[in-house]
Amino acid sequence: MTEATAPARPVRRASRLTPVAIFLWFLRIVALVVILYGSFQSISSGRLTAAQWRDLIVFGVSTGSVYALIALGYTMVYGVLRFINFAHGEVFMTGAMSAFLVANGLASTSLWASNPVLSLLIVLLASMVTSMAVAVIVERVAYRPLRGSPRLIPLITSIGASFTLQYIVRGLVGPSTRAFPRVEQLRGTWNSLGLVVLKSQLVVILAALLMMAGLYIFVEKTRTGRSMRAVSEDPETAALMGINVDRTIVTVFAVGGAMAGVAGALWGLVFPSLNFFSGFLPGIKAFTAAVLGGIGNIVGAMLGGVSLGVFESVGPSLVLAGYEIPAFSQLKDVVAYLALVLVLIFRPSGILGERLATERT
Amino acid sequence: MKKQRGLMALLAVIAMIIAACGDGGGEGTEDPGEEPEVGELGAIEVADGDPIKIASLQAISGDAASLGTDQVRAIELAIVDRAEVAGHPIELAFNEDDLCNSEGGQTGATRIVADPDVVAVIGTSCSGAGVPASNVVSEAGRVLISGSNTSPYLTSDLAGNEGPDHHDGYFRTAHNDAIQGAAAAKFVFEELSLTQIATINDGDPYTEGLTSAMAAAFENLGGEVVVNTAVTADQTDMRPVLTEIAAAGAELIYFPIFQPAGDFIAEQALEVGGLEETVLMGADGLLSDTYVVLPQTEGMYFSGPNTPTTGEYDAFVAAYEEAYGEPPIQSFHAHAYDAAMMLFTAIENIGQDQDGTLVIDLQALRDELHDITHEGLTGSLKCDEFGDCASVEGIDIVQNTEDTADIGAVRANVLITYTPEDLGIGG
Amino acid sequence: MADVEAPAVEVEAKELIAPPALDMRRAVRLGLANSAVMPLLAATGIVGTFQGRLIIDPFLPLGLLFLYMVAWAFGWLAAKPPMTLEGFAPAVAGPRNLMAGALAGVIGGAGTAVLLVLMTTLNLRAIFLELSPQLADTLSFGLPVPAAVPLILAVAATAGLAGAGVHFLPVRWRRAIMPGLMWVLIFALFTDIVGQFFAGIGLDSITSLLFTGRGGPLTIVGAVIVFVAFSALYWYRGGRETTLRQRFDGLPAEKRTRWTIGLAVAIIVILWLIPRVMGPFVSQVLDNAGIFLLMALGLNIVLGYAGLLDLGYVAFFAVGAYTAAILTSPLSPAFSPELSLLAALPFVMIAAAVAGIIVATPVIRMRGDYLAIVTLGFGEIARILLNSEWLAPYFGGAQGITNIPDLQIGPLTFRSPQDYFIPIFLFVVIAAYITLAVQKSRWGRAWMAMREDESVAEAMGVNIVTAKLSAFVVGAILASFGGALFGSQIGSVFPHSFDIVVSITVLVIIIVGGMGSVPGVVVGALALIALPNLLREFSEYQFLFYGVLLIAMMLVRPEGFIPSRRRAQELHTEELAQDAWLEIYGEAGPGEQVAEGRA
Repeated sequence: MTEATAPARPVRRASRLTPVAIFLWFLRIVALVVILYGSFQSISSGRLTAAQWRDLIVFGVSTGSVYALIALGYTMVYGVLRFINFAHGEVFMTGAMSAFLVANGLASTSLWASNPVLSLLIVLLASMVTSMAVAVIVERVAYRPLRGSPRLIPLITSIGASFTLQYIVRGLVGPSTRAFPRVEQLRGTWNSLGLVVLKSQLVVILAALLMMAGLYIFVEKTRTGRSMRAVSEDPETAALMGINVDRTIVTVFAVGGAMAGVAGALWGLVFPSLNFFSGFLPGIKAFTAAVLGGIGNIVGAMLGGVSLGVFESVGPSLVLAGYEIPAFSQLKDVVAYLALVLVLIFRPSGILGERLATERT
Repeated sequence: MKKQRGLMALLAVIAMIIAACGDGGGEGTEDPGEEPEVGELGAIEVADGDPIKIASLQAISGDAASLGTDQVRAIELAIVDRAEVAGHPIELAFNEDDLCNSEGGQTGATRIVADPDVVAVIGTSCSGAGVPASNVVSEAGRVLISGSNTSPYLTSDLAGNEGPDHHDGYFRTAHNDAIQGAAAAKFVFEELSLTQIATINDGDPYTEGLTSAMAAAFENLGGEVVVNTAVTADQTDMRPVLTEIAAAGAELIYFPIFQPAGDFIAEQALEVGGLEETVLMGADGLLSDTYVVLPQTEGMYFSGPNTPTTGEYDAFVAAYEEAYGEPPIQSFHAHAYDAAMMLFTAIENIGQDQDGTLVIDLQALRDELHDITHEGLTGSLKCDEFGDCASVEGIDIVQNTEDTADIGAVRANVLITYTPEDLGIGG
Repeated sequence: MADVEAPAVEVEAKELIAPPALDMRRAVRLGLANSAVMPLLAATGIVGTFQGRLIIDPFLPLGLLFLYMVAWAFGWLAAKPPMTLEGFAPAVAGPRNLMAGALAGVIGGAGTAVLLVLMTTLNLRAIFLELSPQLADTLSFGLPVPAAVPLILAVAATAGLAGAGVHFLPVRWRRAIMPGLMWVLIFALFTDIVGQFFAGIGLDSITSLLFTGRGGPLTIVGAVIVFVAFSALYWYRGGRETTLRQRFDGLPAEKRTRWTIGLAVAIIVILWLIPRVMGPFVSQVLDNAGIFLLMALGLNIVLGYAGLLDLGYVAFFAVGAYTAAILTSPLSPAFSPELSLLAALPFVMIAAAVAGIIVATPVIRMRGDYLAIVTLGFGEIARILLNSEWLAPYFGGAQGITNIPDLQIGPLTFRSPQDYFIPIFLFVVIAAYITLAVQKSRWGRAWMAMREDESVAEAMGVNIVTAKLSAFVVGAILASFGGALFGSQIGSVFPHSFDIVVSITVLVIIIVGGMGSVPGVVVGALALIALPNLLREFSEYQFLFYGVLLIAMMLVRPEGFIPSRRRAQELHTEELAQDAWLEIYGEAGPGEQVAEGRA
């Protein structure tokens, strides 16, 4: 009775070519042509050297790693509760904000320069704790009472939670943008294997990989992880098997929050500026990444995140520039949003396929 | 039943329209007491002992809050310094928020002019809000003086052509973008001897107007704008843009935008290959202390309104610090102060006394503002026919070097100053 | 044996079990929540900003009042007698409830006290900007910190106690006093409007009696008068046996129609009078509210009827505004036919319909939450494209399109906010009529079936594709009307007016007002647009307020304040069943909703 991967959607009439189906196929073909032609033009015009393309790709991978970490939170919550936690972007932002505040505090001491590893670890800890706390509190206050409600309601609540968090932070620390202090030891590049990677980017990529590996082990090997997967498959049966569903859900939020906290700390290394509104766009992009990889699927989220980062970094220069569009980097976010739409048209279950709880009435 | 209801509603609606015929169109201006000497805009009477009411319409919340707050404080200081005009105290009756967008400008202006006793409005902060506000305030017969609007559309292109959003009651003490653009261009072309530049704006009407003006002026001088591009204000990844600029071989990047986008550009320019030799240049949006302390902004040039070096200005800064606990935040405080003071002087000049009541003829006020020359903190202000009153002191080009520790030092590190005359622009 | 009339009750009464004692741990939990909320209110600057406004001259500033009202609310919540369950006797408030209330309050006070101590001993201002000396002064009531701490605890405990005390009031008293207090607050906050209203109807003397000066706070006398007047009003109303709604439903058909028509005409006349009476600023605010109301009615169809959460609704608003701007403004960059707004309207509708189809088609087969995010993306794409350099030759880019001419119908020109009120109002009436007509039509029923369960609806013969497309198109057209009027009224369109905040605001309006209900949406629009404009202190925290409101509404009253009755029934089936039982056995009077079993 339990269907692990097939979502409970109306069965598509594959044999009938409805106007909608025709239109969607038309869209797919148009999209493909547009992308290929633009890319071909860009590359053949030789505007950017191979080294520059490589740099763009590397930039994309590091940004994508951050997106991947945030996407983990989205994908886990969606897998279990089947709703988009809009507030997750703000969970990330609050973690990032504490990271920035702690980092600035440390930078005024001598510890920052003398022991950057310890400093960054402290920053990381602060960020993770904040994000986890926020995620758990939001779950307790706003989501738990609404379990079992029609799906639209928790969604709207999460929008409300998102706004509330944004403006609480704005009230607390003000609307101005904060800077992340520089880490002297991370200046410069690392040249090896034909790659030229900024040291800060390298740290980000490695840290993200480490965290994701850790999460994967946690979910696959530990008992709590097993509970999470069980609840993700079928909450009712899991409850019957003696798993405390409530506690497991809190754990899901906490772990997702922790990952977002790591992302928040790493954000400072890649993009050293942050304000109360900085969670909004990464939140949407991370969700796109989660869908891209296959919602509910943890490895998918990681893959989706990195892919999206690369698309976003390379896309405008690759596709849009080929059409000689002026100021194409303004349209960067359009690339991200269109990526979401295209993924949902081309392959709605994502690259690696979905993993969702069975439909409950 | 349904038909009946529909019929009744229809009748009601028709009745409404007929009634509206009576007072449709042209409402909103008041014209109180008719004195023989008063122009067609009417006049405002201030009874003996009552204060003269002015209003402020600035961006006091949101991302532009520093810009507006700075100017509100300057206005308050002006009121304190002046103490009274023609024997009446001055009251800041409204401190409205222009939200740095058109609805804010519209709503705030409408609220202010609903009070028939408000003589003038000092505002707006942002040019986008200035467009509807200029309209509303002028229609209501009052005067709007801005300390930070720079868009040429609000006044003129300084070549004699009226801007599309110009209205008679609008004045400003900040410089027109055409001047700053030309100054920046001249500096780059002549002083730095660079011929290929790139410009970046952030999609805001002000930054876009400024880069357009600069690009046009630069090409006029004979240079080439290899890339004219834009980012979004909340964009964090500037690398694609910078890569493109590097590929096009620009020698300088002019990005008159705000934080945090400016931070990212300065930071990431160091990391993108091909930009090692490229010079960075910003404008007054980035002339704030949170920006110039960043190590990656060292060596950057900035164009901005001339910072006065007079003793009066220093006294003003000292008073500001004492009243508000911090030095002036943005670049337009002195302009707002001058706007207020100029207004007070004009009122004093044209105010007529009638048995103890001060009569302020609104048309005469506008004419007076066009006539007088006001010596203010920013220099000698004289308003042209389209409302540009900025002093001829012009635009400073400053540089942030390793010796300049804070914003004050940066602003003081003036490399060259261009007056409109230098730039060949009609005064 | 007992009388024939109510034998069942008597028998049941003997067997009812005593209710469980009030849960004190819950009171502690609420207190802890309170101890987070109260300091947050202070630290985010709300207390400080509100403090500038006096409610009653000279001693009652809004900031501290608001802070301790929160404690009061938590006290009320903590002391609330639990829901009467089947087979139990109803719980009666007793000293335990008072303790619970005081406890919730005092823990909150402790949080505030801790904040005060931290604020004054450490330099937190560098991080938390609002923790200024003025705030410390406010929180400590002007006393030195050691003296202030016990005072804060005492006041908070008292507030909690007072909140608990509300449960001791008989129902009728409660229903008179609480609204009375609310009206005092309303009068105090809206001094401007109230003053203008009285001036407009020629009763200036009342204003000077109630308020200290124009736009000033209430006088003590004024506060008392307002309180007594409204409490009496509600008291009288509470004594009635049936509610207004029930009496209305009880009337024979023709009388109901006549009342409805009469009411409609009266409302129309009043709304026409308001701009004349209230002046240009209030008219401007009402204009803004009217435009948002137009959009809300459109989103009401898309979300309220068809159940499609469109978070990119602002895109249609933008399409309407820009189409109208391009067609009417002489400064339109690429193409300026300079039509009149009326002539441009058909094109606006067509453009909106096309936009609706473009947005709807890719999302037809998508799940609800995906639909939300994708439409959000479309909304953002629209704004980015309108702002881009690339399309600037058509849309004006960052400089927008200005010099949009005023609306002209024949010899009439509409210029001022008062003038614009009429066409906006007309469009709202048309939109409301469309909404109501559509609700009862086949389309409406198809949408509602689709909203409830898509697969079942499809099985029953509803063409999902047509249904979704039509919902989007109708919604888009209504929004585009709003956009066209918006551009014409302000005279210019800039891309930054069309960001996601607009979509969210419209969403909040229909959620708070009542999804699927026209009067609810009207009230929601007036409340959420007019309020921030009229209360400048609140406009700084507007979005915080919206966010909290969304969460609160979803938790407590997802059908909105003035719901469509069917929706309310759908969302509260359990409670209604409970009520039915209680009507027979419980203490609750008819029509009173007993507590939902949450929190």
